[in-house]
Amino acid sequence: MNAAVLTPRKAASVNPLKSSAPLGAAMAYLGMAECQPLFHGSQGCTAFAMVLMVRHFREAIPVQTTAMNEISTILGGMDHVEQALVTIATRAKPKLIGICSTGLTETRGEDVGPELKILKARNPELADVGVVFAATPDYAGGLQEGWAIAVTALIEAFVPAEKLPTDRDQITILASSALTPGDIDELRDITEAFGLSAIVLPDLSGSLDGHVPDAYQGTSYGGTTLEDMRRLGASAATLAFGASLRRPAEVLEARTGVPSRVLDLPLGLEAADALIVALTEISGRPVPNRLRRQRSQVVDALLDSHFYYGGKSVALAAEPDLLLPWARLFAGLGAELPVVISTVNTPELAAVPAASVTVGDLEDLEHGAAEARCDLLVTHAHGRQASARLGIPLYRMGFPMFDRVGNQHRVSVGYRGTRDRVFEVANLFLESLDHEHEGEDGHAGSHTAPG
Amino acid sequence: MLKDKLADVFNEPDCATNQAKSAADKKKGCAIKGLQPGAAAGGCAFDGAKIALQPVVDVAHLVHGPIACEGNAWDNRHSGSSGPQLYRMGFTTDLTELDVIHGGEKKLWKAIKEIIAKYDPPAVFVYQTCVPALIGDDVKKVCMVATEKLGIPVIPVDAPGFVGSKNLGNKLAGETLLDYVIGTAEPDPDDIRPTDINLIGEYNLVGELGQIIPLLDELGIRIRAGITGDARYRDLTMCHRASVNMLLCGQAMINVARKMQERWGIPYFEGSFYGIEDTSAALRNMAALCVQQGAAPDLIERTDALIAREEARCWDRIRPHADRLKGRKVLLYTGGHKTWSVVSALHEMGMEVVRTSVRKATETDKAKALDLMEGNEDALVQAIPNPEMYRMLREGEADIMLSGGRTQFVALKARTAWLDINQERLYAYAGYDGMVELVKRMDLAVNNPVWAQVRAPAPWEVSP
Repeated sequence: MNAAVLTPRKAASVNPLKSSAPLGAAMAYLGMAECQPLFHGSQGCTAFAMVLMVRHFREAIPVQTTAMNEISTILGGMDHVEQALVTIATRAKPKLIGICSTGLTETRGEDVGPELKILKARNPELADVGVVFAATPDYAGGLQEGWAIAVTALIEAFVPAEKLPTDRDQITILASSALTPGDIDELRDITEAFGLSAIVLPDLSGSLDGHVPDAYQGTSYGGTTLEDMRRLGASAATLAFGASLRRPAEVLEARTGVPSRVLDLPLGLEAADALIVALTEISGRPVPNRLRRQRSQVVDALLDSHFYYGGKSVALAAEPDLLLPWARLFAGLGAELPVVISTVNTPELAAVPAASVTVGDLEDLEHGAAEARCDLLVTHAHGRQASARLGIPLYRMGFPMFDRVGNQHRVSVGYRGTRDRVFEVANLFLESLDHEHEGEDGHAGSHTAPG
Repeated sequence: MLKDKLADVFNEPDCATNQAKSAADKKKGCAIKGLQPGAAAGGCAFDGAKIALQPVVDVAHLVHGPIACEGNAWDNRHSGSSGPQLYRMGFTTDLTELDVIHGGEKKLWKAIKEIIAKYDPPAVFVYQTCVPALIGDDVKKVCMVATEKLGIPVIPVDAPGFVGSKNLGNKLAGETLLDYVIGTAEPDPDDIRPTDINLIGEYNLVGELGQIIPLLDELGIRIRAGITGDARYRDLTMCHRASVNMLLCGQAMINVARKMQERWGIPYFEGSFYGIEDTSAALRNMAALCVQQGAAPDLIERTDALIAREEARCWDRIRPHADRLKGRKVLLYTGGHKTWSVVSALHEMGMEVVRTSVRKATETDKAKALDLMEGNEDALVQAIPNPEMYRMLREGEADIMLSGGRTQFVALKARTAWLDINQERLYAYAGYDGMVELVKRMDLAVNNPVWAQVRAPAPWEVSP
């Protein structure tokens, strides 16, 4: 059964689920080594995105702005781009400047990409700096779409269109915005267990993983280097995690001839299995014992936890890359999903195991959850208001997560990530059971919805 | 026209920064220097307008624009409410590509209708942003029609991001209040007292009003409206009947104070509730102006008595921390009046202020800061570049930095204590209670045992 995708005609979005595409692009750029993202827009475009990322990652976020004003908006902003590039190159000395456009500059119809060569040629300060441009109008898509556009732009700018001799032990991982730095570390570990080494693009695990460098750095701390980009053509395969990366995966395959596969986020037993199968096939090596043991732990986690999921009613809201695996995880443990909200409409939504998916906002989540008397809200930190109003617990997942620390290390992928998340949510259900049976003998009787 | 509004705001005669400028610089407007491409920091005019108006707690704040302007920014401030929570919800027209092509006015009109039907607010504030401004959406017209047809004030806030800085947005927000809100309703004549005041430029961050209101209650002084901290729409419409205005956060809303004086003869004074001396001075000025406006003269004595009692109580509570803070070095990296208003309290603790940043400070602020720093001009600095700030802290030139969130990680990565004293702060630092809280938080921060742990090298890095 396919989920019906509903796109209600609401004029006012209330309590947005979505963050903006340029924010996603800038975050992708932050997964590049010694990079300085640059928003081509008014300075608020940068300030809002920066503050939100700072609150989520609890790290300095080195993003800059072309500081468009009334005059440059009318006359054109290329000299602002040029001035910004030179200023950044001189001051922060990055290896890479990643430009993302915004609603403001895209409405004007400014095409920055073709001009970059000219700007680079006439400014010697830019000679040793890579510059890349992603067209990310705020009025199209959200964070994961902006991220994917930036990944495509990076591939087109820095991966040579040529076949390289294949290194059988190297793979490329294209990482979705839905993966945390901790997730990326976990994927790298799993890959290495098969004797493979992975180049991850973009790689937040070195840059936004919350570490304390030895010296001050005004750019991103770590991440994918431009040298790494030039080696992507030598990989034995490309694994893209998250359907949002289908386009960059295709572009990369077309340029390098390296075969690519697009997998769901490896969260949940089946999705994690798909990853392991892919790695077995690519490496030609058997599944290492420790992964076999970890799989068995997931099976045990599912056994121990299914009591608490069964019959529960869950309201879920996230971007598609995250939405699908989480929906499958809940449905696979016997929970029902009467309310599922996505930021955008994508073909993958039909595969969500629910009667319907609404392209909407957190007001839709709140009203739906109230009507269906849900037991749990699952979304990012902005769900906290709905949770408080409805008296329904909130399980935090996704971006932004501004009222919790340690977000960068939360691992939800692979067997270990799946196991931990399954237990964590089960414990939330258990906790509400405790509340409902306070004063009773602890026997889990018939369930009543709270609130 | 927005253009005329901008010229008007730039010409603010009571703005000290403006007075000091040449005619050419005045034309350029506020904080024009801050907008260098590739080296700019801070928000846009829309950001400033939203910050200044969002603390009106019972209205719906609707952002007309693509997702970034509200989706990346809603519910991100700690301005508190003693009641309604509607102001914390995010409302936006979330413009799509089709809206950009066909124009967003119709969608805006529908959005206003939907919000009024669903949430029944006393008013809707509609924020113009860059994209609809560029495609020519006439937000003012839509708001006018909506007000007429829906019978609820729908107020256009015309401050698209590209017109300038956050500070400019603050002022445009003030203009909006003057044009559409303040003076649009009259209170019951029996409900007007000479001890009614407004607080202009106070945003009730982390509920700071809660540290001030008990003092005012005791004196019989009533806040007609916070402009805009914890404000109700109705109170704002009638706040032109207050007898005194106190202007906080100097530059942000000076136009509101001056124009309320012009239109309704309400005298205003500038003051601050940060620091002990400042709080006392503010209360004294307030009492004197209330008496001048017809309040019973004993208010002054009662105020003096309250100040004496509260100051003594405050110092008593601060003293236990003083021993633990004595001799510690502070890097004060803030701006405006905080440049100096916190310094005296730090000195009182026996702390040494190694530098204080005088960004966004008026000449008066700078003079006061210089005086407190005993004429040491080197201690007064403009912006400190992050690498230099990191070096200072890493090399132990200060034991703690007081600043805003933007530089938090410069301090933490330099393994140095840090305390947020700007808008994202978690604790309330206003009035006497607030000063005690600030000192306590400094003590907890700088004396936390964690510093020894995080500064110690890994065992294998220690040379034998």
